[in-house]
Amino acid sequence: MSEGIGAAVKRKEDKRFITGAGRYTDDIRLENQAYAAFVRSPHAHAKVTGIDKSAAEAMEGVLAVLDGKQLTGDGIGNIICGWAITSKDGSPMNMGAWSALATDKVRYVGDAVVAVIAETKAQALAAAEAVDVSYEELPVAANIGAALADGAPQIHDNAPGNVIYDWEIGELQATDDAIAGAAHVTEMDITNNRLSPNAMEPRSAITKYDAAEDHYTLYTTSQNPHVARLVLSAFYQVAPEHKLRVIAPDVGGGFGSKIYIYPEEIVCLWAALKTKRSIKWTADRTEAFLTDAHGRDHVTNAKMGFDADGNIVGFKVSTKANFGAYMSLFSSAVPTYLYATLLSGTYNIPNIYAEVLAVYSNTVPVDAYRGAGRPEASYVVERMMETAAREMGKDPAELRRQNFVREFPHQTPVIMNYDSGDFEGNLNQAMEAADWAGFEGRKAQSAANGKLRGIGMACYIEACGIAPSAAVGSLGAGVGLWESAEVRVNPVGTIEILTGSHSHGQGHETTFAQVVADRFGVPLDSIQIVHGDTDKVQFGMGTYGSRSGPVGMSAIVKALDKVEAKVKKIGAHLLEEPEENIVIEEGTVKATGTNKALGWHEIGLAAYTAHNLPPDMEPGLKEGAFYDPLNFTFPMGCFICEVEVDPETGKTEILKFVASDDFGVIINPMIVEGQVHGGIAQGVGQALLEEVVYDADGQQLSASYMDYTMPRADDVPSYDVLHHNTKCTTNPLGMKGCGEAGAIGSPPAVINAITNAIGNNDISMPATPAKVWAAINSAKMAAE
Amino acid sequence: MHNTNYHKASSASEAASLLSGADDGALLAGGQTLIPTMKQRLAAPSDLVDISGASDMRGITVSGNSVTIGAMTTHAEVAASKELAAVCPGITSLAGGIGDPAVRHRGTLGGSVANNDPAADYPAAMLALGATIKTDKREIAADDFFTGMFSTALDEGEIITSVSFTAPASCAYAKFPNPASRYAMCGVFVAKGDSGVRVAVTGAGDDGVFRQSDMEAALASNFSAGALDGVSVSADGMLSDIHGDAAYRANLVKVMAKRAVAAAS
Ligand SMILES: Cc1cc2nc3c(=O)[nH]c(=O)nc-3n(C[C@H](O)[C@H](O)[C@H](O)COP(=O)(O)OP(=O)(O)OC[C@H]3O[C@@H](n4cnc5c(N)ncnc54)[C@H](O)[C@@H]3O)c2cc1C
Repeated sequence: MSEGIGAAVKRKEDKRFITGAGRYTDDIRLENQAYAAFVRSPHAHAKVTGIDKSAAEAMEGVLAVLDGKQLTGDGIGNIICGWAITSKDGSPMNMGAWSALATDKVRYVGDAVVAVIAETKAQALAAAEAVDVSYEELPVAANIGAALADGAPQIHDNAPGNVIYDWEIGELQATDDAIAGAAHVTEMDITNNRLSPNAMEPRSAITKYDAAEDHYTLYTTSQNPHVARLVLSAFYQVAPEHKLRVIAPDVGGGFGSKIYIYPEEIVCLWAALKTKRSIKWTADRTEAFLTDAHGRDHVTNAKMGFDADGNIVGFKVSTKANFGAYMSLFSSAVPTYLYATLLSGTYNIPNIYAEVLAVYSNTVPVDAYRGAGRPEASYVVERMMETAAREMGKDPAELRRQNFVREFPHQTPVIMNYDSGDFEGNLNQAMEAADWAGFEGRKAQSAANGKLRGIGMACYIEACGIAPSAAVGSLGAGVGLWESAEVRVNPVGTIEILTGSHSHGQGHETTFAQVVADRFGVPLDSIQIVHGDTDKVQFGMGTYGSRSGPVGMSAIVKALDKVEAKVKKIGAHLLEEPEENIVIEEGTVKATGTNKALGWHEIGLAAYTAHNLPPDMEPGLKEGAFYDPLNFTFPMGCFICEVEVDPETGKTEILKFVASDDFGVIINPMIVEGQVHGGIAQGVGQALLEEVVYDADGQQLSASYMDYTMPRADDVPSYDVLHHNTKCTTNPLGMKGCGEAGAIGSPPAVINAITNAIGNNDISMPATPAKVWAAINSAKMAAE
Repeated sequence: MHNTNYHKASSASEAASLLSGADDGALLAGGQTLIPTMKQRLAAPSDLVDISGASDMRGITVSGNSVTIGAMTTHAEVAASKELAAVCPGITSLAGGIGDPAVRHRGTLGGSVANNDPAADYPAAMLALGATIKTDKREIAADDFFTGMFSTALDEGEIITSVSFTAPASCAYAKFPNPASRYAMCGVFVAKGDSGVRVAVTGAGDDGVFRQSDMEAALASNFSAGALDGVSVSADGMLSDIHGDAAYRANLVKVMAKRAVAAAS
């Protein structure tokens, strides 16, 4: 079946994207549309002492100038974090209030204070400049160190010392004992740099209020429109759920940043009611830097103990995580259940203890960003393994091999239960493709050219397909993390799949259709994927954490099971054959052992005409299903990176990058390869190029592409993307997910390669030419 | 972007009169710096005088060693000029390394020189080549023209019409691009001519483009990369920012100078 599971069919959606016919939120124009512009705080921490709107209100075209007091006065609720984390001492997390428009205080540069609504965008922007907000500046804590220092400014009254929670997992005593008795202990301080998501399409919202129906519509750049609707109605009280339609049309990349519900959507919905106008807002790139949730920003101390043979005996990790000024929707789960639960890596580690201190600072809120917690974990584990091997004089590949988990299922000490894998198979495949054995020869050649060559690997594991609802509920999640699907077979036999997953670049319109084509043998062209509209799809949890495959497609499979059962019943009835003899092949319903058959469309027609159905059967052919995952899935892989460093300038060039992944069953290898490419580009970006930098006053020094280094095509190598797959045992298709793996495994592989090249292990991401040059020189000085 | 009045001039003199008639006018050359600044609402000229149609400000003339380049000549035109490459390959390769193709097809030499961005490439070439900047009012030696970051000897309303220089016996430009902007983190233009060796550095100094006189002296007697080994470059006066500190930039000055000399030798 050339269009089914495993076929590299071209993406159905690309026709409209490539021809410029995609329909993004900002492409939508509603009748009677006005524009919003936001007045944002220029200070990282200040009291708002006054707002003079008079000049702005008098300006041409201005419809309303709205502030936080009006917003809260109208009963609009605070923005919340939806995952409750409990501290070591049993106390709940300290969530500070976040009003969509600041009322008394601003807490980061970019915090929205006033919204101006005007007839045109230019008028709104001009009037926003005319709003006079007075501030009384307060001392600023722009990073973790400053926020935790004695006498640090208090950012939220209810978070003493700026601590949100102090959480732990694992066995402290047993881990301490194991490390105390270890033959060798590796200890490192590891920083995970702060990143800006940089979706190509900036965030955008258009809102409409229909007074006659008392009904709202929100078009928005969302990865999860149903969750947006739920939160907007249940928590922010902007509109009742049944009176709010949320549509996420084509969305140009999210990387996590479009999971969350931001102030602008809330304000635009509220302003639509207040002004009785449709309201449009689209971020410019500066606003994206200043307000899209950032990613990562951890400071970690880690200790790993080994016995005399090199077996890991204990792993202790202490992490401080910067949350920024407010708790974004999933922020609390990222450095806890999406991070510390992956600290066992691909290894047998009998004792693990991790503690995480969540910290407020006067910076943009931090939340999930491609990988969300797992890149941080894989970076810590794989930097530790590499360093330990060097310290113990062991081959880094052998040390990993020796400690690999080999039996499944494998219960780690930190919740996760790995169902499947062949870690050594991926290691071997990657080493062979990278010609690991020939490295020394290549290094000598580079040395002859005055260059430093290095090789590094990372054996990442991650967790996708979040996750069994009861399990996440017991860990504090405010929602269930199942997915829903509906399969509608039309009277003519064409098929619509309604899914709660949302595609913002992943290619669902193709891969989801392949699953259906595979099942029934109907042409891909006869299948349409419907998503991103709360009026069309009943409910869904959306797309993040590489869950659309393992969870979203599993829901489709469940619905297909029901459709198949009904089709077979109808087929048996019409063909007058026993049901167990009915098979569906290449779009035909056949009775085995006979030459009786019905075309797919004949079944559809029979179901809807209902002239001749089995007794008691309902007409129609439409089935829905909710799929609740049984477990996380565990993609893993071995990445090998080979670099050459110019010692004069510190510039790193990646010469080779091999990725051997285990993604379980692959639906479309071309799309998977694209996901791996993009993921590695983001990981290389994190390792070599990208960083959000704040000065001590909380001003972002990197808030444009003049200073924030996005990876360009010539910064990344050609990748060798390989697979050594084992089937996932906990979902019907055997899929593991592939959307984030590249970003998870690549940073440690790149840094391990650079540190190998320069002979100095002390370097932080991004390993810019300046930093690498300094590290080379300090290693030289130490040697002299 | 704020509202602005648009005018199109067909010559330098027409541009001058349009500009003098405006409240707070600005010349619009390739717009590669000015338009983004206006879009960010950081600049709001009352009037834009577009000089892209000023044909007297465009074109490359090479006669013997004498080179004149019109201010409105784009980076792409300079990069592609075979005549220019034959006498002064340093400047054609420099132009070919500015920004991306879109920028090179809009951005102009005059705009770049007038803007004097401390990380721009052309100022290093102008200084090292000892160029003369011609305006609608006078001629200014490059040594007197660049007066610090984003600052030049141009008067209010003064228009660069062309630059001219004598092509040196040999020259080359070596650039280490800023990883984010790809402007020069450090760019060194080395020119060896009749009147000696000139070494100009852009991107690295904390007050814009400058000449490196120690290197010029060392190269005057021995024009080879090795001659620079003994020259120490101080971090004093070097730019320090999130992409690299002063010590790193001082190192780059030397590394890029050696590479430029090697390429020119
Ligand atoms: C993405 C990008 C990358 C870039 N990369 C580089 C790079 O790597 N290296 C580099 O050097 N530059 C780079 N630039 C800048 C580019 O070279 C611009 O062309 C240049 O800075 C300005 O030239 P312009 O013709 O676009 O001038 P404009 O933007 O039109 O004008 C710039 C300023 O100069 C004034 N001006 C223009 N012409 C004259 C004149 N004839 N007389 C007097 N004043 C005048 C204008 O009034 C304005 O104030 C980059 C720009 C972009 C957008």
